[in-house]
Amino acid sequence: MIITTNVSKQFGKLKALDNVSVTCNKGECIALIGPNGSGKTTLAKTILGMVVPDSGFITFNGKNILHNWDYRKDIGYMPQIGRYPENMTIGQVLDMMRDIRHTKNAQTDEELIETFGLNTLMHKRMRTLSGGTRQKVSASLAFLFNPSVLILDEPTAGLDPVASGILKEKIIAEKGKGKLILITSHVLSELDNLITQVIYMQDGRLRFHKSIEALHADTGETQLTKAIASIMTK
Amino acid sequence: MKKIIKYVIADILRNKIIIAYTVFLLAMSLSVFNLEDNASKGLLSLLNIILLIVPLVSIVFSTIYMYNSSEFIELLVSQPLKRRTIWLSLFSGLATALSLSFFIGAGIPILIYQPSSTGIMMLLTGLLLSVIFVAVAFLASVTTRDKAKGIGKVILLWLYFALLFDGMVLFLLFQFADYPLEKAMVGVSALNPIDLSRILILLQMDVSALMGYTGAIFRNFFGTQAGVIFAFLVLMTWFIIPLWLSLRKFNSKDL
Repeated sequence: MIITTNVSKQFGKLKALDNVSVTCNKGECIALIGPNGSGKTTLAKTILGMVVPDSGFITFNGKNILHNWDYRKDIGYMPQIGRYPENMTIGQVLDMMRDIRHTKNAQTDEELIETFGLNTLMHKRMRTLSGGTRQKVSASLAFLFNPSVLILDEPTAGLDPVASGILKEKIIAEKGKGKLILITSHVLSELDNLITQVIYMQDGRLRFHKSIEALHADTGETQLTKAIASIMTK
Repeated sequence: MKKIIKYVIADILRNKIIIAYTVFLLAMSLSVFNLEDNASKGLLSLLNIILLIVPLVSIVFSTIYMYNSSEFIELLVSQPLKRRTIWLSLFSGLATALSLSFFIGAGIPILIYQPSSTGIMMLLTGLLLSVIFVAVAFLASVTTRDKAKGIGKVILLWLYFALLFDGMVLFLLFQFADYPLEKAMVGVSALNPIDLSRILILLQMDVSALMGYTGAIFRNFFGTQAGVIFAFLVLMTWFIIPLWLSLRKFNSKDL
C-alpha cells in the first residue's frame, strides 16, 4: 500500500533519512522503533508529504505522492506534538476538520470523542488544554474519517493509563478491519500483542523490517522489549 | 478553498487588532477632512499618513499572523488539501481583511469628502499597497524560520521602502546632478511601490509643478492613460511576484 524507495532526507548536516526503502501492506500493524533522532518521525512526515525527500520516491496505492494531495484523504495522522490554532475551541477544530474533509456518503467515526469524554470539553480553547487532552484531540481527529491508513506518532505519550487503554483497544479494533497501522513508540511494552511487524531504524538508516514472529524466532525472546534489547546490545 | 478563507477571515476578525486598525484609520481620515476647510488639502495630509501606515500595518500584521498560524498550516498540510490552496487561501483571507479595513477606514471617508479622480486614485493605490505588503510579508515569513528574525526583516523592509529608498534616490540625484537622470527616474520609481503610489496620487493633485523638471517628466509619462495603466501593472507585479515566489518556496517547505 505504501512503498518508499531509497528515500533520503538531509537537514543541514544531519542525515535524517538515508536510503530508506520499506513496503507496508494492508492489514499490517507496523511498529517504527529506534532511538531518539533515528528518523522515525521524519519517515512518517515524508509519507504524509509534510517533509519533501531530497531523493527517492514514495508511492501510495501505486501512485507517486509527489505533488499529489488527494491520497491524504485515506490517511489519519496523529502527530507527536499536536499543534492546533490556539484561539479555537475543541468543537471548532473538530467542526473545521469535518468541514474540510467532508465527503457526502462517508460516515464519521465519533467513537473516540465519546469514550475520551471530549463531548463535555467542546467549548474549551486549545491553548488551555493539557498535553494529554491535546493528545486525545489528535487521536480523535486521526480516527474521525475512517481512513484506511493510520499513522500514529507516539500515540500514548502523555495519555493517562485509562485513555491509553482506550486508544489501544481502538487500534486493535481498527486493525481487525484490515487497516494499515503505523505506530512509532518508545514504550515498547505497550506494543506487545498489537503489532505484526517491526521496522527498526538507527541514524536514519533502516536496520531491519521483520515480522514479529521472525523477530521472536531470531532472538528467542517473546517480549518485544527484550527482543529489541537483545538486538541493540548485539 | 472557500472554506479555508472563511476560517482565516473569522480568525482575523476575532483578533481585535484589525478592528482597532480600521477604527484608527477612520478616526484619522475623518479628523483630517474635518480639520481642513479644503477637502483636497485634507487629502494631501491623508496621503502621507496612508503611505506610511498602510504598508507598515499590512506587512507587520501579516508576518506575525503567518508565524502564529504555523500550527494551523501544519494541521492543514497533513490533510487532503493542496499546498497551493492552503497558501492562496491564507493570502486571500489576509489580503481581503486588510483591504476591507482600509476601505472602511479610509476609503469611505475619501468617497464622502473627496469623490474626485484624486480620491479614487488614493483609494485604489491604498488597496493595492495593502495587498502588496501582505505578499511581501508572505515571502519574508516563508523564507525565515525564526519568528524574531522574520519580524525584524519585515520592519527593515518597511524602513527601506518607506524611508531609505527615498534617501538613496536623493543621494543619487545629487551625486549625478550633472547627468540627465530625469527619464531614468521614471524607471527607478517602479522599484518602490510606495513611491510609485505617491507619484500617481500627486500627479492627480496637480502639485507636480512643485517637483521641478523631474515632475514634468513624470507628468508626461504618468499623466497619460498609458502611463497610469503601466503604473498599475507595475503595482500588480509587486504583489504577484512575491506571492509566486513564496508559493514556490512553500510548496517544497518541510513542516
